[in-house]
Amino acid sequence: MKHSDFDVVVVGGGHAGCDAAHAAARVGAKTALITLKMSGIGVMSCNPAIGGLGKGHLVREIDALDGVMGRVADKAGIQFRLLNRRKGPAVQGPRAQADRAIYKAEMLKEITDCPNLSILVGEVTDFVIESGRVSGLVLADGSKISACAVVLTTGTFLRGLIHIGDKSFPGGRMGDSAANLLGERMESFGLPLGRLKTGTPPRLDGRTIDWDILESQPGDDAPVFFSFLTKSTSTPQVSCGITHTNEKTHEIIRANLARSAMYGGHIDGVGPRYCPSIEDKVVRFSEKDSHQVFLEPEGLNDHTIYPNGISTSLPADVQEEYVRSIKALEEVKILQPGYAIEYDFVDPRSLDNRLAVNDVPGLYLAGQINGTTGYEEAAAQGLVAGVNAAKDALGQDPVTFTRSDSYIGVMIDDLTTRGVSEPYRMFTSRAEFRLSLRADNADQRLTGLGIECGLVGPNRASIFRAKMDRLEKGRAMLTDCVVTPKTLNKNGVKISEDGKQRSLYQVLSFPDVAIQDLVKIEEDLALLDGETQSQLKNDALYATYVERQQKDTEALKRDELREIPSNFDYGVLDGLSNELKLKLKVVRPSNLAQAGRIEGMTPAALALILSRLNRSLRERSA
Amino acid sequence: MDTIFALASAPGRAGVSVVRISGPDALSALSCFGISTLPQRLASLRMLRTSDGEVLDQALILFFQAPNSFTGEDVAELHLHGSPAIISRTLHILGDIPGLRMAEAGEFTRRALENGKMDLSQVEGLADLIDSETEAQRRQAQRVFSGKLGDIVQVWRKDLIRAAALLEATIDFVDEDVPINVRPEVQELLFGVEASLREQAAGAEVAERVRTGFEVAIIGAPNAGKSTLLNYLAGRDAAITSSVAGTTRDVIEVRMDLRGLPVTLLDTAGLRETDDVVEAIGIERARARAELADLRIYLLEPGEAPKFPLKHEDLILRGKADLFDGAEGVSGITGQGVDRLIDQLADIFSARSALVATATRERHRLAIIRALGYLEAAEAMLNNSAYGEDVIAEELRSAIRSLDSLVGKVDVETLLAEIFSSFCIGK
Repeated sequence: MKHSDFDVVVVGGGHAGCDAAHAAARVGAKTALITLKMSGIGVMSCNPAIGGLGKGHLVREIDALDGVMGRVADKAGIQFRLLNRRKGPAVQGPRAQADRAIYKAEMLKEITDCPNLSILVGEVTDFVIESGRVSGLVLADGSKISACAVVLTTGTFLRGLIHIGDKSFPGGRMGDSAANLLGERMESFGLPLGRLKTGTPPRLDGRTIDWDILESQPGDDAPVFFSFLTKSTSTPQVSCGITHTNEKTHEIIRANLARSAMYGGHIDGVGPRYCPSIEDKVVRFSEKDSHQVFLEPEGLNDHTIYPNGISTSLPADVQEEYVRSIKALEEVKILQPGYAIEYDFVDPRSLDNRLAVNDVPGLYLAGQINGTTGYEEAAAQGLVAGVNAAKDALGQDPVTFTRSDSYIGVMIDDLTTRGVSEPYRMFTSRAEFRLSLRADNADQRLTGLGIECGLVGPNRASIFRAKMDRLEKGRAMLTDCVVTPKTLNKNGVKISEDGKQRSLYQVLSFPDVAIQDLVKIEEDLALLDGETQSQLKNDALYATYVERQQKDTEALKRDELREIPSNFDYGVLDGLSNELKLKLKVVRPSNLAQAGRIEGMTPAALALILSRLNRSLRERSA
Repeated sequence: MDTIFALASAPGRAGVSVVRISGPDALSALSCFGISTLPQRLASLRMLRTSDGEVLDQALILFFQAPNSFTGEDVAELHLHGSPAIISRTLHILGDIPGLRMAEAGEFTRRALENGKMDLSQVEGLADLIDSETEAQRRQAQRVFSGKLGDIVQVWRKDLIRAAALLEATIDFVDEDVPINVRPEVQELLFGVEASLREQAAGAEVAERVRTGFEVAIIGAPNAGKSTLLNYLAGRDAAITSSVAGTTRDVIEVRMDLRGLPVTLLDTAGLRETDDVVEAIGIERARARAELADLRIYLLEPGEAPKFPLKHEDLILRGKADLFDGAEGVSGITGQGVDRLIDQLADIFSARSALVATATRERHRLAIIRALGYLEAAEAMLNNSAYGEDVIAEELRSAIRSLDSLVGKVDVETLLAEIFSSFCIGK
């Protein structure tokens, strides 16, 4: 291979770009991150918060693999809340309001401090293609950068179009130009493109809000962090405010619907159902006379307030009118009007489970360009694309994730198998193995894998190993001690006298039993530290379910191991219907499990594919 | 790996029907029929008994140890007499064994492939078969779910989606405008679905019989007039559709068309204590068949107590009514009381078949039973605040998955659509 300037070049410095570049560099690839401007690195262009349900899980997984999002968010966190605190650890999601300025500064620091990683400033206008493979990039000034693999994380910049009321203009984000040349080039690859839209609310000046009359939402007393390594907050903590729209607000919006970009028919892209504009809410839920609005501070030294819940594409004057009809916002000053943005995305079914483009070797895509929304989804994809671009460049085995090991795996599979019909956001309900894929055990699930493939550095590896040792020791104490119901009752653990012998681990699986309750029976349990105790409780709590799902996960893993080569010829399979052949050619499943999830797949078709796979395997080994 | 089983021969009445069991528990599953050891690759003639020790059938059994079998796993094949009642009972017993489940279409083939027991050309031949089996199941399901049952199933689907969506909404959309406590509504929904499922589970067996016919056993002491009665009924040319003498067993079967309902009458050996080994076997078979039958007619002497546990709606009649005057009885010689008997049978079976707005196959029964288990667990948890929505939702997911074949697939997109249409999500 000829000498390249870099092993991996990542285009874009947003959430996908940062974790992609960092991951590639961590596994030893000489990496460059190209950004339009230095100040674009680590920008939170939408709401100033990280995490939540499903999303918090993703951040934990990124952190378990030594990615950057979790620890940067912890540094920037100004209000931490663990969502679903009372609903069981499997569905608890860490979330934090982040100080934009600190987030940006900390992210820049992570990127600049990272060995093997350089930052380049410039606009990418084209790819360099050599014998069908992407081998570099062309910048606006005409210079070329060669690379073995390229990760594109251009977010909403591909032919981005910003709408405010009936006005629209090209832009990737307010104040940034769109990447149109690159968009055209992407089209020339023949990749299936679609159009999505998303919206933002107006930004408010916090000094003009009457905070005293508002309900306030403080953070948790004992903050739960994203990173397994974070022990304390780095900044003072603040509260958010809560206010509500009212009939008058809705009247103003209804009266001006025709002037909204959305309702005026200016937008073709599909928006997310879970993040409707205030116009949408007022129209679709006309029976509701009020919607809640969270007033989220954008930073400690920033007066900007992000009013979460009223994204809009109404003209600026209407925005001001309706915002001022809301309680405590009567005198508010809008710093920047809300807007909707439409952008191109690539049908992610044209990617494989490494996020490599099927038909364009050397090209990887991550983030909103793949039809997702959200910082966390972007960063997680960045990590997958980054590490695999690096592995590709270094000639090493790919690193892939599955539905049974991580939310990352769920997301990648959803995207590449089913595609998207609206901006894709993670929910815990997307994970069929939700009780096993918890935020609290992300390290147990993934850090080992991360150590193996080189993503996890020595510091985290040694902390992880020590933690696993403690857990192992504690688990052994619990499983080795087998007791009768009589003994349990005698020691204050209420249980029915069914005569069944149980290990303490099984007893711990009852929801109302804590480790402290078992100390009388097994004194050594008191020696375990609090973190180990609560982790064991979480693991035990779901043990019966994890066992129940074992057969499913095993079958899934078996099928996932049956890889289907990307050049697999479905055309020669006689028993396959043309409709299925077509679907298989679009999705190009990476393995048999993925093939089985394609809509309309039949047992006979799977049997045919499997037998063909077996035969080529035999032919190869013969 | 699950152990799977299925009827491997064509469904319905046949001389011999084959039930195939494949997987690690194939051999141990047979202990449910009182069979423990079996030689490999040799046909063994064995008595299948239920857990109560009743004889179910005399069957030829073949056992193939892994890897030398069709699927490459341990495989047992039961060659049963082709009576729908026996087959349905056999599948029923297998389905109730933990770790065993009914095979999906193509699943035996899939396992054979996994274990290198088949090549592409063989699979291509089989693919059509699998597809037609899948298609047949789909059509069967369509038939079952048309009309009244279709409406019932739609209600299950709607209510289960709603219940799951409510739970998922409180999990995934906290901080949003969703109700905080959805447990009462979820409970109400599940309660309704459970009641309806139970009703269908009870009716499902009737449905199976309607398609394959009802069985009526005539039982009683020796010389109670059983055979004469059967012969009299058999002599009514118009009623008889066909007659099959039980070849290896001394249970005589006569098939009749009873007011449009297919009914099989069974004449059995007289019930009494005996030291004669051969007669004892005959009596045991009579008991077993009578137990399996849909209805029993017990011919009784005055003052005699039945030697057989009778079930709901079973008929107790006085035989040989020709010998006693005016008594409430039935006679196969004079035909006295026979018309009334036929009326009674027709009434009972029409009433039972009216219950049949229901799921037909054993597959559906098993699906319903499984789902009920999960739903009951979910309900219990809803009442106990120690259990979080996460585990309740998991039970509900398992229930919905068990009912896939009845209510259709419910995936996350279905639930999200329900959530987004009911609640204004969008913080």
